[in-house]
Amino acid sequence: MLNNFVMPDFNPAMPEILLLSMTCGILFVDLIFGARHRWMVPLLSVVALLVCAFVTVNTAIGDPVLTFGNMFIDDLMSDFLKLLTYVAVVAVIIYSRGYMKARGLDKGEFYLLMLFATLGMMVMISAANLLTIYLGVELLSLSQYALVAIDRKSTRATEAAMKYFVLGALASGLLLYGMSMLYGATGSLQLGEIAQAASQQSTGNHTVLLFGLVFLVAGIGFKLGVVPFHMWIPDVYEGAPTAVTLFIASAPKFAAFAMTIRLLVTGMFEYAEHWQTMLLILAVSSIALGNLAAIAQTNFKRMLAYSAISHMGFMLLALASGVLAGGDHSPAMAAYTSAMYYVVAYVLSSLGSFGMILLLSRAGFEAENLTDFKGLNKRSPWFALMALIFMFSMAGIPFFVGFFAKFAVLSMLVATEHTATAVFAVIFSLIGAFYYLRVVKVMYFDAPQDNLPLRVGFDMRLVLSVNGLAVALLGLFPQQVMSLCQFALLRSL
Amino acid sequence: MMSSHLLSFAIWVPIVGALPLLVFGASSRSVSRWFALAVAIAGLVVTLPLWTHFDSSSAAMQFVEQAPWIPSFNVQYFLGVDGISMPFILLNSFITVLVVLAGWQVIEDKQAQYMGAFLIMSGLMNGIFCALDGVLFYVFFESSLIPMYLIIGIWGGPNRVYAAIKFFLYTLMGSLLMLVAFIYLFAHSGSFNVLDWQQLQIPGKVQQLIFIAFLLSFAVKVPMWPVHTWLPDAHVEAPTGGSVVLAAIALKLGAYGFLRFSLPIVPDASHAMAPFVIGLSLIAVVYIGFVALVQADMKKLVAYSSISHMGFVTLGFFIFNSLGIEGALVQMISHGFVSAAMFLCIGVLYDRVHSRQIADYGGVINTMPKFGALFVFFAMANSGLPATSGFVGEFMVALGAVKFNFWTGFVAATTLIVGAAYTLWMVKRVVFGAVANRHVAKLSDIGGREFLVLGLLAACVLALGLYPFPLTEVMHASVDNLLRHVAISKL
Repeated sequence: MLNNFVMPDFNPAMPEILLLSMTCGILFVDLIFGARHRWMVPLLSVVALLVCAFVTVNTAIGDPVLTFGNMFIDDLMSDFLKLLTYVAVVAVIIYSRGYMKARGLDKGEFYLLMLFATLGMMVMISAANLLTIYLGVELLSLSQYALVAIDRKSTRATEAAMKYFVLGALASGLLLYGMSMLYGATGSLQLGEIAQAASQQSTGNHTVLLFGLVFLVAGIGFKLGVVPFHMWIPDVYEGAPTAVTLFIASAPKFAAFAMTIRLLVTGMFEYAEHWQTMLLILAVSSIALGNLAAIAQTNFKRMLAYSAISHMGFMLLALASGVLAGGDHSPAMAAYTSAMYYVVAYVLSSLGSFGMILLLSRAGFEAENLTDFKGLNKRSPWFALMALIFMFSMAGIPFFVGFFAKFAVLSMLVATEHTATAVFAVIFSLIGAFYYLRVVKVMYFDAPQDNLPLRVGFDMRLVLSVNGLAVALLGLFPQQVMSLCQFALLRSL
Repeated sequence: MMSSHLLSFAIWVPIVGALPLLVFGASSRSVSRWFALAVAIAGLVVTLPLWTHFDSSSAAMQFVEQAPWIPSFNVQYFLGVDGISMPFILLNSFITVLVVLAGWQVIEDKQAQYMGAFLIMSGLMNGIFCALDGVLFYVFFESSLIPMYLIIGIWGGPNRVYAAIKFFLYTLMGSLLMLVAFIYLFAHSGSFNVLDWQQLQIPGKVQQLIFIAFLLSFAVKVPMWPVHTWLPDAHVEAPTGGSVVLAAIALKLGAYGFLRFSLPIVPDASHAMAPFVIGLSLIAVVYIGFVALVQADMKKLVAYSSISHMGFVTLGFFIFNSLGIEGALVQMISHGFVSAAMFLCIGVLYDRVHSRQIADYGGVINTMPKFGALFVFFAMANSGLPATSGFVGEFMVALGAVKFNFWTGFVAATTLIVGAAYTLWMVKRVVFGAVANRHVAKLSDIGGREFLVLGLLAACVLALGLYPFPLTEVMHASVDNLLRHVAISKL
């Protein structure tokens, strides 16, 4: 029986395998030394991610490689997104250490769950099969549910976790349902085969595929957090401990983006005309609702949650504006590049913004209201400047990276005759600018409420500054990252 | 044509110089302000060769720098100046030096940040005047809002938050639509090169839409009636330096935009919409003039006077003759000096009495004779007295307007009366008469630093009034070239 068993090629999945084994190792380390040496687990987690980054770079071949019976793919897009994910998770670990320590939450579980979530993201990013996608989604989601509830004593966090879990389970159900229809119509779970079958389907299957597509888009919409699947975002962002919010708001966006590309572009490109319309509706309503609702928020985390909704909407605008010319991806590639660039720019700014909350929080005090940012310029001009950079980047004001992301998306819209949508998007950007400006106003124009010095470690100061300067410098030189995105997508799709 | 990096220096010297101020400036007040002054003067010095090496016989872009910036979207780092933009770079760098001097003592809170913000602002505005790539222009245009927002909001008056946010959102509203128009032009030309856009054939309907997008953006910036309401708020609340930069430079950006974008890129729409713009300009000139007359606050009065003067500028552009456009350009430069001087004068009074109300003053000349003389001189220039720079521009535009249409010229010329009325009436109430109260009685005359600042401006105003030829000579070729462009239909 074992005669026809061929060992799969493990190389493409080496980062995942390594991360899994290292995470299990850290689990034991935590068990034995964790109680006495709290610093060990975060340090080892960072090391594990750096090792993964090293391996990812070294195993990058350039051309897509399928393995595990065509269930797993290693291409440049996945390598690039995985590297970005490591960077984001490392930043999250460094930002959140002090915060979690001050609350007695810096147990090993926190870091280990993040590593498992990272593994889930990596599987999502490299998935070439509907089941692999689902596996990744669930690994990520289950870790996230537990992370949100990590502060067991907080009723707010528990409530948020419960909400997240119920809605997340529903979304997983929708996604699975959609996948089952795809399987029913095409007879395959492999994305490449689905794409092939979809291009030569008979008329009867057309309805089933379209029906399945609707559910897929709903599942994607939930993962990205766009209207009308956005309900969990504000509650979870606000309820979760800020360090966890920081995590949810950053790296998983890369995975969700990868999932969108895999499902819609690789799998269902034949139906691009249909999903583009769907995404356009999701995008436009997200931009409108996200920006309008953000104005009314006084809680900074909630405001950023609505801002995240509008940003993901903006990203979808790019995906929705690809040029369609038969079954060929390449004319639409510029649009997907813009979307990817937008995600990178957004995650960079988002990391920094939530990092600011962690910077200002201390034991027994959550700096999550807008008023807590009062007079930051008097307390620490440097970090006020960093926060200013993050806010203006999110608002899409040049010279920061957020502007070029918006610019790239708008260019795609106008190029595909969606000029009215572009005008709509900029008008809501203007509305959005108001609430970012308000944060800057609070920091610079108001008098400080408390004058306690910022008590955070050197590592956090350093990484947050690097984060801020990166947002500024990538704004001055936007081409490099844009080219990277373009190259990664061109070689992958 | 000289190829060099002069324009890059003009942009980046002040910006890079400001960074140490922002990072280390808090440590020593005296070192940081001398450093700021040194950077501002360096910023002015690097712009001087623009004037001396400028070839005024050519309408082509000079001191051109071109390098790819974002090849994915064919965006270039493309700089160059012609006779229209070059004088503004000098004006801007010159005003920055004055602003640093003017904030020498009066800014007590976070002075290094204050000066740093002005230096960054100065570099960004130089960038606006020399950017020849749409995205580069837009990036400078919009990022210059950030320092001004902070300047008004941090160092402004009691209602500063409202004024700062209003300023930001108003300007952003216009410029975002301009961005869409730029991207549209890119989608149809494959380039963000402004000079390429000027050759582009655009259908009439689209021209109208692009013109409206540009108009919204530039009209807010100028500002034209009825989108001018942010300006009095911003001026009144801004610190003296902020008002000076707003009036002297920031308002010119909108007017410059008309010349660089609206007229040459969509000439047919510009012709079609000219009556509308002329109408708005005349309303600004006459109606805002009367509004200025009734102001009780000196800064507000000068703010309205700025709107009225800028109405003259937009009028000069849209009558499409060289007298009008050159006159408007002279008027812009002159207004840069005069309004800066007016705000500095008001700043001098405000620093001593902490009031901007006309009613709180009277008989200032008795206690501040040197200041009184200069203030009266600038007031005369503001009302367009011959031999001051204010007269030259207004006279040229009025002549051009009469050539275009007698009644337009007639209405426009009333500004000479209304302008004289509100300015001189204010001066009469503030400067002349008996000493009004004990505050005025205690006033001390201006010191050496203030005298230097105002004296320099007075010299400029007088020089430009007596002999404007060097300035008009520089811009002549470029204006002629522009008019030729505007005359060709792009349908």
